[in-house]
Amino acid sequence: MNAGLRLVSQAALYAAFAAFIGYFSTSPAFEPIAPGHALLRISLNHAGQRKSACHVRTPEELAKLAPNMRAAEDCPRERAPVRVKVELDGAAIADIVAVPSGFSRDGASVAYRRLAVPTGVHRLRVALADDAAGTFDRVREETVTLEAGRVLVVDFEPGKGSILLR
Amino acid sequence: MAALATLLPAPGPAGLALERLEGLFDRAFGQRLNPWRHLGALAFFCFWLCAATGIWIYVAFDTSATGAWASVAALDRGDFPLGAFARALHRYSADAMVVVVVAHLVRELARRHHATFRRYAWVTGVLLPLPLLAAGIGGYWLPWDQLALWSLTATTEWLDAIPLFDGALTRNVIDAGQVNDRLFSLFIFLHIGIPLALLATMWAHIQRVSPARTQPPRALAAGTLAALAALSLAAPLELLPPADLSSLPERLPVDWFYLFAHPAMAAMSPEGLWAVVLAAFAVLAAMPFASRIARAPAARVSLANCNGCARCFADCPFGAVTMVPRSDDRPHPREARVDSALCAGCGICTGACPSSTPFRRGESLVTGIDMPSLPIGEAREALERRARTLEGEARIVVFGCRWAADTASLERPDTVAIALLCAAMTPPSFIEYALRAGADGVLVAGCREGDCEFRVGSEPAAARLAGVRAPALRPSVPRERIRLAFAGRTDGARLRAELEDFRRHLRRLQPGAASPGLPPRRQEPRHG
Repeated sequence: MNAGLRLVSQAALYAAFAAFIGYFSTSPAFEPIAPGHALLRISLNHAGQRKSACHVRTPEELAKLAPNMRAAEDCPRERAPVRVKVELDGAAIADIVAVPSGFSRDGASVAYRRLAVPTGVHRLRVALADDAAGTFDRVREETVTLEAGRVLVVDFEPGKGSILLR
Repeated sequence: MAALATLLPAPGPAGLALERLEGLFDRAFGQRLNPWRHLGALAFFCFWLCAATGIWIYVAFDTSATGAWASVAALDRGDFPLGAFARALHRYSADAMVVVVVAHLVRELARRHHATFRRYAWVTGVLLPLPLLAAGIGGYWLPWDQLALWSLTATTEWLDAIPLFDGALTRNVIDAGQVNDRLFSLFIFLHIGIPLALLATMWAHIQRVSPARTQPPRALAAGTLAALAALSLAAPLELLPPADLSSLPERLPVDWFYLFAHPAMAAMSPEGLWAVVLAAFAVLAAMPFASRIARAPAARVSLANCNGCARCFADCPFGAVTMVPRSDDRPHPREARVDSALCAGCGICTGACPSSTPFRRGESLVTGIDMPSLPIGEAREALERRARTLEGEARIVVFGCRWAADTASLERPDTVAIALLCAAMTPPSFIEYALRAGADGVLVAGCREGDCEFRVGSEPAAARLAGVRAPALRPSVPRERIRLAFAGRTDGARLRAELEDFRRHLRRLQPGAASPGLPPRRQEPRHG
């Protein structure tokens, strides 16, 4: 191969290398969510109630303890799992049971789910139970309008009004 | 010598196909500049290019949740000198690094360079994609546009599949209150720290090669830089709208070199992606330990013939030879020592040893550092025996390499071939010896230039024949009767053509002029 042809060949190969990088650096485009769908993110970081109630120690029980250990209540550490049910237009789309973290199961329950849901106006119902009996005593039901690509986060923060939709 | 064949892994179809492909690149780039033979060095080059452009754009980058996107937009607008160009070059050089690293891995695998003395390099090389991809993915979070948020969320969703996290990580990036300057400080820490970890892994990867080639030839570096710079000018990066936690874009221009894992996870599940990633790493890392490739016997030092000159130490491409204080009573300060775990069994050290000269008058030739699978003494006997059978106008001895083009098929009454472990195992004195033993010419046939099975063998072979590297061919040896050819396993036809051309050349010279005969042999070996 003569020098001129060699240079042209090199230029062509460099161009092919650059074109390969340039193309796959941005293409083909990816659809992060199916067309006509919105995204529901269910995120939870909440410590459930203690699995059993604290026991108030009697004076006799306290007397048996060392002076520095005489706490008035004896509270078991383990917490109840947190359960979240999500319904869309009356149909259950998620039923999450988040167990407490920690070796003694005394930490917060953490959970995360992502759900693609069709766009449109929906009736969304979120119920949460965080006691040992599994009582869904926190419920939020609302009509939501979900456009294509909308991300709706379902969260639970007792300090901010229980179940949040944002 | 017969057992040697079983030690050499036969080239597989993938290896031969790749060699043919490299042959096409040889035509365009020449053997020395063929990018396939500099993939590791090109990876280093891309890394440094990425580092330099990264430092440049970091000057103008605002490390805050509220200012990051705007500062990148300002870069793209040209508010900072060469901002958009440097940002694009930063991205494309990072992409190019993935390409060359993957090509490097595939090439080494196709050539079965994953076992025996290469085990360490293979395992450390298999680890490299981990910090490489982590560094690149983390870089995509910094502009804090829609792509950044999508990539960050997908990454935390993947990590949240680890039972330890259970969703805690993603929670930090879907709440506007959590996306703050501290998070961006973490991003920057990761995007600087992980590349440093990558560099440390690259450093570890090259520890058992000597000398390590971390710089591509200038012409190749210039060509690569020009290609990436042209791409940066022709296709500047697109900054998407700022990250919005309440929406996802319909389509994202994904960088498939780094972000391929996100769509893969969407197609399966975070747990599925973990399974694929862990299985891939486990299989690749376990390959050297499951390999059946036999290990070539390591070089052996004969202290009685070693004067501690350190030429073997200088030429060993894998750092297997070290010079240590003398352990016997000979009057030399040092001696060579071979680490058998590092030795490739290439014989380049034997070619470098001045004691390998066949002119030594002992009945048997024992050199300072020798190859048990092909002792240099046996090579001398074979040369003497076979040179005597030569007949014709242009009698040729071919010193070949068992990893390069097949030389046995070149044999005919006027041509004999002696295949060594590497072309650089040929001591230059053997060439002079062959001429004095009756050959009219000597052809040394090694691997394609820069494509030595043992990394660098073709270089010392050429340099010794050119007289610029010790042990050098003596100036009195007629250079017109010597030819050096670089031909790979798929270059048999080209080597035959080269030999035929050499034959015609020799016929034009005075026959027998270089063959004054061999010196007499003593009964007792002597060295000194």
